[in-house]
Amino acid sequence: MRPVRLSVVTAAAVVAALTAVTGCSEKSDASGDGTIKVAASDSACEVSTKEFPAGKVAFEVENKGSKVTELYVLFPDDRIVAERENIGPGTKATITAELKAGDYEIACKPGMKGDGIRQQVKATGTGGTEKRSPEADAAVAAYRKYVQEQADETIPKAQAFADAVKAGDVEAAKKAYAPSRIGWERTEPVAESFGDIDPKVDVREDGLEAGQDPEKDWTGWHKLEKSLFEGNKIDDNDKKLADTLMADLAVWQKKVGQAEITPTSMANGAKELLDEVATGKVTGEEERYSHTDLVDFKANVEGAEKAFELLKPITSKTDPALTTELEKQFAALNNLLEKYRPNKAAYEFTSYDKVGEAERKELSDGVNALAEPLSKLAAAAAK
Amino acid sequence: MSESVSGQQPAQDEPHGAPEAAPEQTGPVTGAPSRRAVLGWGGAGLALGAAAAGGTAIALNSSPDMVSAASAGAAVPFHGEHQAGIASAVQDRLHFAAFDVKTKDRAELVQLLKDWTEAARLMTAGQPVGEGGYGGLPEAPPDDTGEALGLKASRLTLTIGFGPGLFAKGRFGLEGKRPGALIDLELFPGDNLDAARSGGDLCVQACADDPQVAVHAIRQLARIGFGKTAVRWSQLGFGKTSSTTPDEQTPRNMMGFKDGTRNISGTDKAALDKHVWVGAGDGSDWLAGGSYLVARRIRMNIETWDRTPLGEQEDIFGRDKGEGAPVGKSKERDEPFLKAMKPEAHVRLAHPDSNDGATILRRGYSFTDGTDGLGRLDAGLFFLAYQRDVRTGFVPIQRKLAKSDVLNEYIQHVGSAVFAVPPGVRDKDDWWGRTLFA
Repeated sequence: MRPVRLSVVTAAAVVAALTAVTGCSEKSDASGDGTIKVAASDSACEVSTKEFPAGKVAFEVENKGSKVTELYVLFPDDRIVAERENIGPGTKATITAELKAGDYEIACKPGMKGDGIRQQVKATGTGGTEKRSPEADAAVAAYRKYVQEQADETIPKAQAFADAVKAGDVEAAKKAYAPSRIGWERTEPVAESFGDIDPKVDVREDGLEAGQDPEKDWTGWHKLEKSLFEGNKIDDNDKKLADTLMADLAVWQKKVGQAEITPTSMANGAKELLDEVATGKVTGEEERYSHTDLVDFKANVEGAEKAFELLKPITSKTDPALTTELEKQFAALNNLLEKYRPNKAAYEFTSYDKVGEAERKELSDGVNALAEPLSKLAAAAAK
Repeated sequence: MSESVSGQQPAQDEPHGAPEAAPEQTGPVTGAPSRRAVLGWGGAGLALGAAAAGGTAIALNSSPDMVSAASAGAAVPFHGEHQAGIASAVQDRLHFAAFDVKTKDRAELVQLLKDWTEAARLMTAGQPVGEGGYGGLPEAPPDDTGEALGLKASRLTLTIGFGPGLFAKGRFGLEGKRPGALIDLELFPGDNLDAARSGGDLCVQACADDPQVAVHAIRQLARIGFGKTAVRWSQLGFGKTSSTTPDEQTPRNMMGFKDGTRNISGTDKAALDKHVWVGAGDGSDWLAGGSYLVARRIRMNIETWDRTPLGEQEDIFGRDKGEGAPVGKSKERDEPFLKAMKPEAHVRLAHPDSNDGATILRRGYSFTDGTDGLGRLDAGLFFLAYQRDVRTGFVPIQRKLAKSDVLNEYIQHVGSAVFAVPPGVRDKDDWWGRTLFA
């Protein structure tokens, strides 16, 4: 789990927004013909027009209220198309989104809380449908299949974990914990694109908001991890949380196939997986009670490598040197991880509290060596 | 004080210090365009900068109403016989980094050194690296991280060094090129070295008048190096403790004493050739025009020092605290009379006359890395010394100091590294380390 940031889904839209900000061509900017004005206040969210042509659309929001607000452009099923946070009272902000014809919702969130104040809008016509190369279509389709498979395969493993918790079997639950997370960790940027699931299943205690009570408001894997590995016991609330986890994961399994995926978002998602490793796993923060960080680490690397492998037909043409470098660095990091995997047949790794400072430094160096070139993959995929 | 904690003083006499506002630059100076001004101009911007150098060059030894090189944010030339950042005027800020080389491939290491040279060439001229900090592909992070955009060159110098590990057998085929003077330093009495703050295959010393410019430079090089190198340790320095410009007032160290009063002057070619630059006949052809660097992180026991009576402090150094004059003399730069000092006074022990003439060029900086877990200031001197031969430079001086210096009660050496510093990058086709690898 990580703090709020750009999701895979929004990556493409943000690219468009940046283009607008940097003054490149933007048909609905400046000329005034296509910009949708949004008047946000503490109790209203008014849009200047509810129907507009599909394509690149700019939303200019003015916060006339007294609270900091956010603006979201959402698909009907709440997937995020584009978002802008922290719009202060009295300030303006513009977000640009690439919208195909269809229904959307605009949401203002005064106080940056809750579901926000919604407006139904509609994009019409045929604009905004991007032509992609057959290689790109194939990569996206294969990656979509992969994320669905990961979710499908996770459910029974998570069920085994939940069943052990519900049976009060601490040892069995401990054993089932890390494997239940692998599919999630491989595809986390996609899962995170559904903004509501990640905080339910993968939040850590320090990720709770002010005013939230860990006893009541903390759900998901890490709450159970704490009970099992720190408390060494399972209480009635934990048993209920096991069911909640399964219910939330079922929503993920159902939604994941509908995620908006582009070659660029795949590449940036791969980079984000390495970011997860760099910020949460090499420090041992992610699995602070179970110390199974290296299982997550491996899963993150595998997920990133999958996206890279699928993009290779594109990037080996657009940037062969980068592709070669990434192959080398993926191999190097995987080799390094194997040092911590005593039984090559099992998905078990050295407990992270047994990994010394010098070894953590070596792992961190390996992550940097891969993540730096990986941050250039999106550009290669977009060419 | 006139000596750094581990340093000593050269024999030559030097004139009195000038007011702080005096220009510091001893080498040629160019009026550097700001980074922002260069952006968007491309080649034209470079030409503009070069042309401006003639028109706005800062005069040396100028009258007081002329702007100083430091405040003009001038650029120090990157190309030359020697690397900048050794004899050139000491800037106010430091970011020093030591790297482990991770690649096993000699060609990859060579390419990295070329890439680093190119980045250093740009940054020391006040320009961003690669395609710049913005305006590139929106799908990719920019080549330059951008925090120095709009800042001037700020006399940034980048100086590279090669550690003993680089010459290890079976590594890059350099074992036959390890200079005899690039020794593994012995453990001196009292040393409490932290391996995580010591050693390194490569080092880069970034000095600038603006800390953000120095930090930016190391950050870009670290980024370019990922996969080939990894940062082993680094040190920020916030105040120079010695100068290579004798007409400037001597800065004080964290103990409140003047430091570096009688350091080798950056314009004293004879002293530099004798004590700092490796000569063509010294045994390692590739290093001719280069030098050797010893870096030591010296922690000071600040709190106990601050409780020490003034008279005792002055006895420990062998200089007075106000003027910095040696015992029995009235002015900072008066020739010290060693026999007037206590036998174990720091200045007396460090002086060339006590060490068979051993002389080094100091470029140390004060550091403060917050407080330790006991609430004590984690502060001291990040000692940097350049010399022609470590065996006749730092080693005899430090042996003497480690054995007897009364200052040892208040200091502890906690980090240590030694590097061979190659000669300067001659022109735009040259690169750091060419004489070693080519």
